[in-house]
Parts: sequence; C-alpha cells; structure tokens
Amino acid sequence: MLDQFPIQQVIHQDGHITDEKYKEKISIDKTKDLYYKMLRARLLDKKCVNLQRQGRIGTYVPYEGQEAAQIGSACALDEGDWMFPTYRDHAATLTFGFSMRNLLLNWRGRYEGNVPPEGIHIFPPGIPIASQLLHATGAAWAEKKHGTDRVSLVYFGDGATSEGDFHEALNFGSVFDTPTIFFNQNNGYAISVPMEKQMKSKTIAQKGLGYNIPSVRIDGNDVFAVYFATQEAVERARAGNGPTLIEAVTWRYGAHTTADDASMYRDQKESEIRRQTTDPLLRIERFLKAQSAWEEAWINELESSIMSEIETALEEMESYPDHEFAHLFDHVYDQPTWTIQDQVNEHLAIKRRQTQ
Amino acid sequence: MSTTDVKTKKLTMIEGVREAMRLMLKENDDILILGEDVGKNGGVFRATEGLYEEFGEDRVIDTPLAESGIIGNSIGLAVNGFRPIVEIQFLGFIYPAFNQLMTHATRLRQRSMGRYTVPLVVRAPYGVGVRAPEIHSDSVEGLFTHMPGIKVVVPSNAYDAKGLLISSLEDPDPVLFLEPLRCYRSSRTEVPDEKYYIDIGKSSVLKTGEDISVFTWGAMVQDTLKAVKELEKTRNISCEVIDLRTLYPLDKNTISSSVQKTGRAAIVHEAPATGGVSNDVISLINDTSFLYLRAPIQRVTGFDTPVPVYSLEQEYLPSAAKIQAAIERAVDF
Repeated sequence: MLDQFPIQQVIHQDGHITDEKYKEKISIDKTKDLYYKMLRARLLDKKCVNLQRQGRIGTYVPYEGQEAAQIGSACALDEGDWMFPTYRDHAATLTFGFSMRNLLLNWRGRYEGNVPPEGIHIFPPGIPIASQLLHATGAAWAEKKHGTDRVSLVYFGDGATSEGDFHEALNFGSVFDTPTIFFNQNNGYAISVPMEKQMKSKTIAQKGLGYNIPSVRIDGNDVFAVYFATQEAVERARAGNGPTLIEAVTWRYGAHTTADDASMYRDQKESEIRRQTTDPLLRIERFLKAQSAWEEAWINELESSIMSEIETALEEMESYPDHEFAHLFDHVYDQPTWTIQDQVNEHLAIKRRQTQ
Repeated sequence: MSTTDVKTKKLTMIEGVREAMRLMLKENDDILILGEDVGKNGGVFRATEGLYEEFGEDRVIDTPLAESGIIGNSIGLAVNGFRPIVEIQFLGFIYPAFNQLMTHATRLRQRSMGRYTVPLVVRAPYGVGVRAPEIHSDSVEGLFTHMPGIKVVVPSNAYDAKGLLISSLEDPDPVLFLEPLRCYRSSRTEVPDEKYYIDIGKSSVLKTGEDISVFTWGAMVQDTLKAVKELEKTRNISCEVIDLRTLYPLDKNTISSSVQKTGRAAIVHEAPATGGVSNDVISLINDTSFLYLRAPIQRVTGFDTPVPVYSLEQEYLPSAAKIQAAIERAVDF
C-alpha cells in the first residue's frame, strides 16, 4: 500500500521544486500569500498557547506544525462551499474567513466562537471524533440536490478513521456521489496513541479503496502539494464526480491540548528535529530564498502587521460584553419550552433575592 | 366550512402516518424521506408504501444500513435547506445514532446561536406486545425526553398520528415521532382528508371523570381505557383518562387542571420505571398541584429490566389488573 499511495510532494523540504511540471503553476505572489496565511496562523497559535498559560483563555488546542495542511486545503475552496472543522482546525477556518475575534471567543468559552460571518459556511467545530463527516456528506448532498456546484470539505485526524462515522460517511459519500472532500490530517497520534497502534493499515488513503473513492496521500507539510491535491478534489466534486479522500501526512509539534503533556508518550526531540527539517513555513522560506524572493523587509512588515491584527482581535475579545445568564437558555429551541421558561424565572428570582 | 363538508376516511394509524407524509411531500418540495427499505419496499411496516412510486427515488430514499449515517446525513441536509423525515426501522435500533442526536441534532441551534438549525423528524416504530424478536420492542422514550433540544411525541391513533406528524414537519426543531407498534393496525379512526394540526405539547382527554386522573400514551392508551371501563363497572369510581401524546414538553395545563379536579393520579407506561416519563409527570403534579392531592400518585410501568424476549412480554407489560389495582390503591387510600 505504501507503493500504491506514495507521499506526493511539490516542494521538497530543502526548498526545491520536485518536478519541473509544477514550476509554471507556482507564482511568487501565490507563494507569498500562502506563506503569509501560514505565518498568521502560526503566530496566532503561539499567542493562544501563551494566553492559556496566562489564564486569559481556557484549554487550548494547538495546531502548530499543521499549517500547510489546513491552509493549503482551505485556499482551494470558494465562498459558498462548506467547511466542517474539528477543534484543531482553526488555521483552516481563519483562512476561510472566520473572524479572529470570534475564534478567540471560542477559546474563551463563548458560543459566539462557533458563529461564522454571514454567508460563510463553517460549522461549529466537531467535538465527538468523526461525527462531523456525516454532516459534510449531508450538506454536500443537499448542494447536489439544489443543483449547485458547491462542495463540502471536512477535516479529521488519523484516530477518526477508527470511528464508525468515518466509514459511514465514506460509504454515503460514495453511494450518493456527494461533492465532498474528506481531508485527513494524519499527524501520527490520536492524543497519545500512535498510528501503528490505531490501525494495521500502512496508509489512511487506502481506506478510500473500500468505498471506491479516489484517494491520494500527500506531504501535508508541503502547502503546494496540499493546495493542488485539494484543488483537484474540488474540481472532481464540482464536476459531479463525487468525493475524494486526501491523506495529508503531517505532525503536531506540541501536545494534544494545553492540558496534555506530549512527553508522556513520545520523545519531543522529534518535534525539535522536524522544526529544522520538514516545517511547512521553513520549506517556503527556503523555496523563496532559492528564488531570491525572500526579503527581510517584507517578512518584518508581515510579522508586525499580523501581531497588530492579533492584538486588536485580542482586545476585542477581552472587551467583549460578558455572557448574560439568559444566553444559557437561548437557542435551545426556536421558542423556549415551558420547562425552560419556568427554569429561567426561578433562576432569576433567586438571583434577584441574592442581589437585594 | 361546516364540519359536514369535511371529507374523512376511516384509517389505521399507519395509514394516518402515510397520509401525513404524502400530503406534506406534495405540499413541500424540501421534504425528503430517508431510511432503510423505505423506497421500493415501502418500509418494513409499509408506512411509506406508494410514496417512492409517487415522489421518486430522489425524495423517498433507500439509504445504506447505517443509523448514525442516516441521521448524520439528515442533519447536513436539514442545515442546508431540506426537511428530512428519517425512518428508523425500530426504536431499538436507534442507539448507533444516539451520538448524532445528542451532540448534534439537538444542539446545533444553540452551539451556532441560531445560525444552523435542524428541522428533522425521526420516526420510529416502538413498543412491546407484537411478538417481535429481541431488541425490536424496546420502549425507551425517557432516553430522549432527557435530551435538551428535541421534542418527543407519541400518537396512539390515526387522527392524532396525521395531525401530529404534520405539526412535527412544520416544527423548527428536531422531533422524535414514536409510533407504537400495537396501534399500527389495531383500530381505525375517522381522519379528514385535508391538512390539520395536532399541536405538539397538547394532550387529549379521552374520557372525563371525577375521582382520578389516569395519564398514559402510546399502546397503553387502549389497555388503560379497557381496564378503566371494567373497573368502573365493578366499583363506583369515575376515571379521567388522558393520552399525553407529547412527552416533551408535557401538557402542563391539562395535567395539572385534571389532577386539581380529581385529587388523584395514576400514570401508566410500558417503559421501565426508573428514569421513565412518569417521573416527570409526578414532578409536574408535585410542583403544580400538591395541595390538591388526596392520595399518593400511582405508577404502573414496565420493570427495570430490558424489554424481554416475546415469550415473556405479556408478563412485562402493565396488565389490566395492575392498572385497576393502582387506581383502587389511590381511591381507597
């Protein structure tokens, strides 16, 4: 299976293009744009880890190391398409138009953090593993029934492929030819359990074979490999030729969450080595340098503009009005049921008594 | 229009369910039916018979055999403009989809602050007493009334089934529509051809009485009426019988005003006692009508055992004798 699903690369980790055929497809402008998006995501992620340490946000889920997988894929979508993220995919949602303030509000324990801007279809992050894959096939199926060429893209990890919902979603997608991109980020670990304990399969891409779904295995740290593979999958879906499974092989540098200690189950030296070798941003830096297109002034300007964007979003998040207790009861039903209404009234009465 | 103008037909409950679906499929192109064997086969109980032929395979959809997949996909369809009716072949087979209901269908509205909503109706035949194989007879409505974000309804006859299903299909929130198997073909009721609504959250007073209020639903409705009529012949007791029809949200006004009138209450259901909906009825009476009570509230329920194999199901089901004994306990207290 490793032979059948080789890891496809466009830009080698040392920065050279692996095949001349890609040369004309890669412009310096596009490269810089992808680099900017990855840097923006990385700086935000680092900031969030610090915010959690300072107690300014709750438990945080870092994605550092997976920026190319998320940004390369998000950039292949158009407005109107549907994105179904997990809790580790906010580099993708940010890139697809989610506001940074709302993203931070999510980590502050706010429902606002699940709400995308009007007209942008991003589902609240899937929490129970793999359960969101079925919504992605359902929403894409609806687009097909509406007669549009919109697609859905759903993120999930290596561990998710053990869940029944993964298999049910691939089967539904296959049977009903839904325009869905099943985008797997194989970062090698489901919290602490490594891939070889998760499955006997050598690849995740091969799992598409059982459902007759075109499948591909790519270097998930190579933003162009991700971008091109996702574009191809999106074109297939838009043309009415059904779903694609993409396995993007990547690595998370940090722990599963800020409440997790990765050194309990793996040697974190591996992450240090990878920062110097397979890192998605470093690879583009090397590529741009090889093209003599890396300018210190540009990168400095980029960093300072991103940092000021983050500071502004952070201020907006921290000055956001507090939750009112009524929000606890809002939107459970279209109209509150009498049991909820009674509970609101009782709760209010006690609160009033306490403040008198 | 005077009532004499209303055209009616005598229908079984399953025909009432089918009539509601046919009417709504005709009226609203966004309505789809998804389930196992619901297409060509017309459903294992024939609830969707003829609908595949009439509305085509794009609207009456035979799905792969995967309950989580069916409900998960229906959530995606519902969020993106459709109104799916899911048929789960038996309520006892809904468990693989529990996660999709509990963590998604019922809370997408709140999680997204109203951006994404799930107008989804899940129909499920259920209940004890049709000599079905194991698991097929599970009676577990309490698992779903405990889920914030969904409504749970149970018709017991064709008229209620049609009106309740129409209301469910116009409700903006997920509705679990339980269909008691024993009621499917046990009787016929006059059902108007036209569209009408039975409101979710409204119970039905089947028989008025003065001494005790008996609350029940689903297949136990007919058993309860029969037991009560027998008892009224032998004892000078006048019973009020109320078919709750909606298990969440309960009909607070009808339940409390009935108990305030009679001063006594019994609840009859076939689901296990602990965690059963009877406990919510008792709470409601406690909260609204405690000082009106003249006797402890009685419960007649299934046991805290799994619904058994069919050779034991008559032992499991609340019997007429048990219903009568409970009423007498309350009246003689």
